[in-house]
Amino acid sequence: MTTYRTCPRSGLQFDSQAEKLILANAVAGVVFLLLGGVLAIGVVLTRWPAVHWLAADTFYMVLTAHGIDMLIFWIIFFEIAVLYFCSSTLLRCRIATPRIAWLGFALMLIGSVTTNVAVFRGGSSVMMTSYVPMMAEPAFYLGLILFAVGALVGCFVFFGTLVVAKNEKTYQGSVPLVTFGAITAAIIAVFTIVSGAIILIPTFLMSVGMVKEVDPLIYRTIWWAFGHSSQQINVAAHISIWYAIAAICFGAKPMSERVSRGAFLLYILFLQLASAHHLLADPGLSTEWKVVNTSYFMYFAVLASMIHGLTIPGAIEVAQREKGYTKGLFEWLRKAPWGNPVFSGMFISLIGFGFLGGISGVMMGTEQLNMIIHNTIYVPGHFHATVVIGTTLSFMALTYFLIPVLFKREMISPGLAKLQPYLFGLSMYFFVLVMMGAGTLGVSRRHWDMAMGGSPLAYEFPGAAYLMMGLVGIAGIAAIVGGALYIYITVGSLLWGKKLDVGALSQKTVPIPVVPSTVTLQAHGSAGFAAPGTFALATVFLVAFVLYYFINWKYLSQVWGLS
Amino acid sequence: MSAILPPSDRLWWKQPLDRVEGTWILLAFIWCMIMFSMMVGWHIYGKQNLSTETYKTTPELFAAKTQAVVDKYTVRKETDKEIPVVHPPAGSDVYLIARLWDFWPILELEKDKTYRLHLTSMDYNHGFSLQPVNINIQVVPGYEHVVKVTPNQTGTFSIVCNEYCGIGHANMAGRIYVK
Repeated sequence: MTTYRTCPRSGLQFDSQAEKLILANAVAGVVFLLLGGVLAIGVVLTRWPAVHWLAADTFYMVLTAHGIDMLIFWIIFFEIAVLYFCSSTLLRCRIATPRIAWLGFALMLIGSVTTNVAVFRGGSSVMMTSYVPMMAEPAFYLGLILFAVGALVGCFVFFGTLVVAKNEKTYQGSVPLVTFGAITAAIIAVFTIVSGAIILIPTFLMSVGMVKEVDPLIYRTIWWAFGHSSQQINVAAHISIWYAIAAICFGAKPMSERVSRGAFLLYILFLQLASAHHLLADPGLSTEWKVVNTSYFMYFAVLASMIHGLTIPGAIEVAQREKGYTKGLFEWLRKAPWGNPVFSGMFISLIGFGFLGGISGVMMGTEQLNMIIHNTIYVPGHFHATVVIGTTLSFMALTYFLIPVLFKREMISPGLAKLQPYLFGLSMYFFVLVMMGAGTLGVSRRHWDMAMGGSPLAYEFPGAAYLMMGLVGIAGIAAIVGGALYIYITVGSLLWGKKLDVGALSQKTVPIPVVPSTVTLQAHGSAGFAAPGTFALATVFLVAFVLYYFINWKYLSQVWGLS
Repeated sequence: MSAILPPSDRLWWKQPLDRVEGTWILLAFIWCMIMFSMMVGWHIYGKQNLSTETYKTTPELFAAKTQAVVDKYTVRKETDKEIPVVHPPAGSDVYLIARLWDFWPILELEKDKTYRLHLTSMDYNHGFSLQPVNINIQVVPGYEHVVKVTPNQTGTFSIVCNEYCGIGHANMAGRIYVK
């Protein structure tokens, strides 16, 4: 039997089993964020040409570990916590099969430790992508496989919890929009993990000598169905978190459920096609395949992201205008709680994800334009905008909400917490911009020495490229300080924060009360032109997008002819 | 009442759209279609499209073909490694080997002439990154990728390996002259 706790600060109701699982997964995630952050110091201080700190072999090992710990372990542990929160907590029901959920957690933990041990032994510096025929130790693949199975178990516990809520009638009608977004993330996760298994299991067998060869091109194609799709889990998850934070901070409801859910549906249908983004400069794949897949089938998933990018600030604007902040186009935004890290983190995340991650992603995902950035440091520039500014910063913002609600602790150093999203977010903005700048000048990613170690045929990069890489180093260190602040605040609050009132406990769940439908409710969304400020911001975004897109075509038209 | 609660209107899919949303969806949709047609249209009108002509190959086979061209068209040797500089006739098949950790041989091409450049790797994945032009192509072992290139400027160009290929990766470079 489980007990339910109603949080006096948020009104949310936590199943005690789910609460422990959410906490364990979130804490494991933060531990890997800490590890990945420490490794980031080695990466940026080596790529900063004037410092060039680590030796080549250490650098490649550290870079491999940084990628895996951040992109896979930190994010997926936290995402499992988000899935449990969006099912058990938001639907006010018990979590399905808590023992199996713990088994999944144990598998993920064993897997992540195994892979890390393999990497730090030094024989698995193959980067996160581990392209065959370059081989890592068997334990490297085994750890990833165990982790993936654990995450898959987590996804099915999530689906099971949805069934529990439905059967036990803890809510009426449709699931909340945020839960719907989490369902999107979980569906993409299942596709992703299955793709990972299809390619990593044979590669593991190859590493122990049971399979003779895995084709390098097939490996790349299927690996990216895992590698890129896992980033699409992040997109669905952090967009759900943006909606959740808009609801928490402003009581904002979606401008229209139909549009927002429709956009999530487009994600389910098309977002996984992005595997092709990594294969545009590859031999052997047909042009038609590349064009259809890289555009997510005629850009329908991009359309979905552009919709979310409007409806989330739009929902905030509508809520603020209802509170009386109606002056001009932007009073609603000026009067937003900029000192609250839950909101500021979310908003910095949203703007950075759209302007920096989104625009650059569509540019480089264009079949021909990809040739002028493929495998340059522009690529990590882009994905630090999506995964760090987008996903990681949203998770950080959500954590600030969870500290009093889930951890039941008062946040230590609220002053630092106020500062943290700005320091981390804005230094990441600068970091990705200079990284993309360096990539435009041709600097390679995953490269130890841009001076090319005195090779007789070495290319001499222009001074501007060296300058950009120096700025990457400086901005990277600033962002790492911002990340360290987050860990200090989170772990510190968990350990030393003042204990807060736990709230009422009960043996039975209290279902979500049903609000009778009224004429006002039914008219919501048809108010005319409800969010003019957001529309103005969206127009600025579209203009920036169009300009940047065509500048790159202009640039492409000047390079050598290729046919 | 909000995104973390079930929709208060059970028939939420019947709610009308706000004009902000409707207008934006229309604009975004048009933009998506423009982007899609750019990609398709560039294949018809553009001059920079990556060829998909590809053959399965083996290191031995490809090395033999490269050696034949090197034997026939070498004009001089450069660096203390005596890397041959190959000056093939315009329009011909040119072979470039990527391997741990160099590109071989050096090529000498002519401006505004088109060549069929054959690329493959002898071992791991490599990256063909032509600098300072910044054209980047993946080089995958076992696959011979035939790319038609037309240099549009003269000078000395470097090939930087931009796919991680082990400890010597950062020193892996090649060269193309265009006359």
